[in-house]
Amino acid sequence: MSRTINVDYLARVEGEGAMYLEIEGDLVKDLQFSIFEPPRFFEAFMRGRHFTEAPDLTARICGICPIAYQMSAVAAMEDAIDVTVDGQLHELRRLIYCGEWIESHVLHVYMLHAPDFLGYQSAIHMAADHADIVKRGLRMKKVGNDVVALLGGREIHPINVKVGGFYRVPTRDELDAMTTDLEWAYEAAIETARWVAQFHFPDFERPYEFVSTVHPTQYPFMGSRIVSDQGIDISVEEWNDVFEELHVERSNALHARIKARGAYHVGPMARYSLNFDKLPAELQALGAELGIAHECRNPYKSIIVRSIEVALAYRLALDIIDRYEPPSSAAVPVTATAGEGHGVSEAPRGLLYHRYLIDAGGLITDAQITPPTAQNQLSIEEDLMAYVPGRTHLDDDTLQWQLEQAIRAYDPCISCATHFLDLTVRRS
Amino acid sequence: MRPKLAVLKFASCDGCQLSLLDAEDELLDIVGAIDVAYFPEASREYIDGPYDLTLIEGSVTTEHDRERLRKIRDDTAMLVSIGACATAGGVQALKNFGDVDEFVRVVYAEPDYISTLSTSTPINDHVKVDFELRGCPIDKYQLIELIAALLAGRKPNIPTYPVCVECKARGNPCVMVAHGTPCLGPITQAGCGAICPAYNRGCYGCFGPSESPNTDSLETWWQGLGVTDDEWIRTLRTFNAGAPTFVEASTRTETRR
Repeated sequence: MSRTINVDYLARVEGEGAMYLEIEGDLVKDLQFSIFEPPRFFEAFMRGRHFTEAPDLTARICGICPIAYQMSAVAAMEDAIDVTVDGQLHELRRLIYCGEWIESHVLHVYMLHAPDFLGYQSAIHMAADHADIVKRGLRMKKVGNDVVALLGGREIHPINVKVGGFYRVPTRDELDAMTTDLEWAYEAAIETARWVAQFHFPDFERPYEFVSTVHPTQYPFMGSRIVSDQGIDISVEEWNDVFEELHVERSNALHARIKARGAYHVGPMARYSLNFDKLPAELQALGAELGIAHECRNPYKSIIVRSIEVALAYRLALDIIDRYEPPSSAAVPVTATAGEGHGVSEAPRGLLYHRYLIDAGGLITDAQITPPTAQNQLSIEEDLMAYVPGRTHLDDDTLQWQLEQAIRAYDPCISCATHFLDLTVRRS
Repeated sequence: MRPKLAVLKFASCDGCQLSLLDAEDELLDIVGAIDVAYFPEASREYIDGPYDLTLIEGSVTTEHDRERLRKIRDDTAMLVSIGACATAGGVQALKNFGDVDEFVRVVYAEPDYISTLSTSTPINDHVKVDFELRGCPIDKYQLIELIAALLAGRKPNIPTYPVCVECKARGNPCVMVAHGTPCLGPITQAGCGAICPAYNRGCYGCFGPSESPNTDSLETWWQGLGVTDDEWIRTLRTFNAGAPTFVEASTRTETRR
């Protein structure tokens, strides 16, 4: 018994990827998740650039999560030159990161993932029947973009982030002007979490090794250590001791793995499961109400986790604004010193690691960037391998759509991971 | 019949097509006026061409993409390239100045697996383009103006004057004159709204060269502010590194040195 399912270009993901799936009987005979978005060679042309250019240059790796690239870059550079950015400047960095989590997660929840559960080709199609819901999503997304635009100058590739802090910091009045929208959006995010929790989810859980950054007291944006639920607990400097990136033939992205064990999982489910105790009590209760107390291992349910993280981001934004006192200076001074720096932060779709070597003149001599989707590739493949057995009675269209949906659950940023999704399922 | 729109990408960061989805207040009106026939970042639906309007983000970096682009051109009435990658080759055009084999070796352990052209080039190097929208990223209001104008059959109102004009309109003090901050505004095309000077920073040229820019004069200004030749060259070689004006100016300085 053999059948073939072909999808030439997987939609509603960022970037271009391909997938080949061959099924024999009830088993997956061959599976390849390949990324053939053309390579852009960031790590090569970063060499010879000045260390202060890293946040602007690496932002261009991803138009969806530029803040993540900017934050990991500044963290790595400040580590290299031994500068600490704390106090209100650090709080403003968390605030702009809240804005990015909101715009990226709401885009994914409403426009990329929800249409799958409701049987629509896109949010545009969904809007014909659910105009109010799509409008709510757009308004929520706009509030996130407003935060990024105020702090960063614009939504995509913000211009205001630099090594040492910012070029300009906001006034109290500018931030206060956002609180009414943020308060509305917080309630809308809780309604969103309850709305998506009613979707039908395939009964599918996986024993992932979750990896996330952690912070002593906060749900992590820019964590200080990297932990897993299977015993990893390292400083950022130890990254290359524990993780490695392999180059495989089918992909223009490097596959990251834990040296000792292989696949691991980064992103909202990993953060949520490893940092549940850092959520405000109200959101812990919301998670419990929606059936994901403490952890979530069903990738299809990541849409609930994202919605809770969106609520968290609005809450944190309000708290940061409430406590804001404009710092006396927009940035701490930076001077070049030769050294190596490591930086890590939590992009909406997962942990993003940067490492740089700079020389005494401040020029970059080596760069290493490990994006979240490169880290999740093996996990995505293992999900697809595990999902098919027991479900081969499904017709081709249904199976194909559910497999696409499993990939989309990662909110994969293929542009980040270097960059094409083309799904082929062959049954033999 | 509503006009058919396609939105697609080549080598890029996805940010410029995201600008359409970031038009939160206008999106439902836009998709009410046009048929989104092919837009894989936003929809699983695939309606065959021909299309009335195709927006292309990204630059050409592979032989496969060069072929794909020719087919797209044959299948659309109007083709618009959006963003610095599509109009100037993007930040990945920095490889045009380097040794690509070495670039592949730096990033990939198995260079034989990687297929890439030695250059990153804009869309209009390969096919006829009806309009180019600048920016890294593009400005969403310029995109909305462009779509509205093209569908109405009029010329889009997209200025080609420099950022300085927008800076004056915004009421920014000149960061070069007032603060001695090097700024590319005098030779960079407007469109962003002069964001950087409004945030106490010099323009870094993400909308590419303005019409008839005097790069020599600005280079002298920058020298007066203590900017080294290396810094000047690096500033011109970022997101619009492949724009002819910036290539000529940076190469001239490099040769003189």
